[in-house]
Amino acid sequence: MDELYFFLEVLIGGLLSGTLYSLVALGFVLIYKASGIFNFAQGTMVLFAALTFVGVLELGAPALLAAVVTLAVMVVLAFAVERFIFRHMVNQPQVILFMATIGLAYFLEGLGQTIWGTEVHVLDLGIPDRGLWLGPILVSQFDLVAAAVVALLVAGLGVFFRTTTMGRALRGVADDHQAALSIGIPLHHVWVAVWSVAGFVALVAGLVWGSKLGVQFSISLVALKAIPVMIIGGFTSIPGAIVGGLIVGASEKLAEVYLGPFVGGGLENWFPYMLAMLVLMVRPEGIFGEKIIERV
Amino acid sequence: MTDATTATGPDDASGPLLSANNIEVVYNRVILVLKGVSLSVPRGGITALLGANGAGKTTTLKAISHILKGERGEVTRGSIVYDGTETESLTPSDLVRKGLVQVMEGRHCFEHLTVEENLLLGAYTRSESRAERREQLDKTYAYFPRLRDRRHTQAGYISGGEQQMTAIGRALMARPRMILLDEPSMGLAPQLLAEIFGIVDRLNREEKVSFLLAEQNTHAALKHSDYGYILENGRVVMEGASEQLTENSDVKEFYLGLGESGRRGFRDAKHYRRRKRWLS
Ligand SMILES: Nc1ncnc2c1ncn2[C@@H]1O[C@H](COP(=O)(O)OP(=O)(O)OP(=O)(O)O)[C@@H](O)[C@H]1O
Ligand SMILES: [Mg+2]
Repeated sequence: MDELYFFLEVLIGGLLSGTLYSLVALGFVLIYKASGIFNFAQGTMVLFAALTFVGVLELGAPALLAAVVTLAVMVVLAFAVERFIFRHMVNQPQVILFMATIGLAYFLEGLGQTIWGTEVHVLDLGIPDRGLWLGPILVSQFDLVAAAVVALLVAGLGVFFRTTTMGRALRGVADDHQAALSIGIPLHHVWVAVWSVAGFVALVAGLVWGSKLGVQFSISLVALKAIPVMIIGGFTSIPGAIVGGLIVGASEKLAEVYLGPFVGGGLENWFPYMLAMLVLMVRPEGIFGEKIIERV
Repeated sequence: MTDATTATGPDDASGPLLSANNIEVVYNRVILVLKGVSLSVPRGGITALLGANGAGKTTTLKAISHILKGERGEVTRGSIVYDGTETESLTPSDLVRKGLVQVMEGRHCFEHLTVEENLLLGAYTRSESRAERREQLDKTYAYFPRLRDRRHTQAGYISGGEQQMTAIGRALMARPRMILLDEPSMGLAPQLLAEIFGIVDRLNREEKVSFLLAEQNTHAALKHSDYGYILENGRVVMEGASEQLTENSDVKEFYLGLGESGRRGFRDAKHYRRRKRWLS
């Protein structure tokens, strides 16, 4: 019995921490779907948002105000990215656009650190970080809260995509650029919107990750975990990002605990990539990779 | 800009609704596809743009709606005047706002959106109340009753005919004054084709929508239009009232498949016949 409880404990811990990977992957997927760009800067956006938030907080602003200010900064960033980078690159091959996002990543990293400094900032959002017994199973209260926040955000995005005109326009553009143009949807509006949403997602991820690890350069590395998540879930699928994140979170913890002892630990860091490679071999479009609709 | 045409003003209701004047289009900066095309569509008219595969019909429509850019195409000469205004500096979105909407070849529905979501997106450029949008949606469903039945189905899963209806209905949601309709007949059974052309006629009569209709199906297009242009290899080789074109022996021979020598196009016509045509 204890064995089973322990297994469930590891599994649940993994799933909960996986929601964060889902969140970061979601930022990638949104931009990829709307513009076909793999945004290398997504991880840096997480760092940049967290740095800005902490910076404003340290100036004495209450947390809510800091969040609003940071969100505004991310929206301005979205405008700037569209106006100064991508507007000039319409019709360029995807590799070129990808390179541009690499440039953007280093620029943002430098900018964030120039403004807010390079030391580690402590971020305390008052989320309790104690163990919580659910019957016989111990879970982290922090992870539970974080998972709830992610779930709320995803549900909110779902509503946005289904019910608002801009949300539908984003899905429309993801489906068919040309059709969107033909009915007068200006692609640059959509790009700004999608980068803003990705900025918002980055902010939430930055807050969660930052209050766990402290706000420092290394939180941008969470983006690296998003890559296996997307390979597993599919680059174009929002449900895929979510399920992929859960799979990566759960499997890396289970692997660490159950297989780690045989290979000397450290499994957590590379197991997701191995899993991703397996998926690539079996199902290159990912589990949820956009189902190509074929009528019969 | 060559061919300074009479850019009258939007208030001048006498000029054509749309005119293209000697336009040239180049793809990838080198491939010259349209070699000086001129045409016009009168207010309230249905004008057919005919021609074989690769003649340049789609390119002409895309030049007019300004969505060539996304395909590395560029209008390098000539001018396009819509409703009395030179359109060069306008974006595709501006044009839709002014009532010029394209229905692209191959339908281009948003496959993962439902039929109703497709239609609603057609009204993207409209700043109108919910009630007005609802009203326009009901009107669209009245023209295309089948779409009402399919409204919660993803557009990727409906039939080709229904997709064509969705694409036209989506354009209708923008409250257009002019629709650029590209090859609606593609892949449709004759009965469905008749139904769709019937709706085009009704939209023209009842909603006062003018049409520029690009078609390979010469027969159907001439039947449902007032005037036609025949495009060959990026040039207009013939134009005239649709009844006259239907009666014309060259058209009969090369485009209606009624001649004895098969459908080869005007290029292959005997020299004296070409001369005769140019002189007439
Ligand atoms: N994006 C592009 N780049 C280069 N050439 C192109 C492009 N699009 C079209 N063309 C060329 O331009 C010519 C005209 O094409 P267009 O699509 O306008 O013809 P069409 O009359 O619409 O033909 P169809 O009846 O097959 O639709 C063709 O020779 C085609 O190969
Ligand atoms: Mg065509």
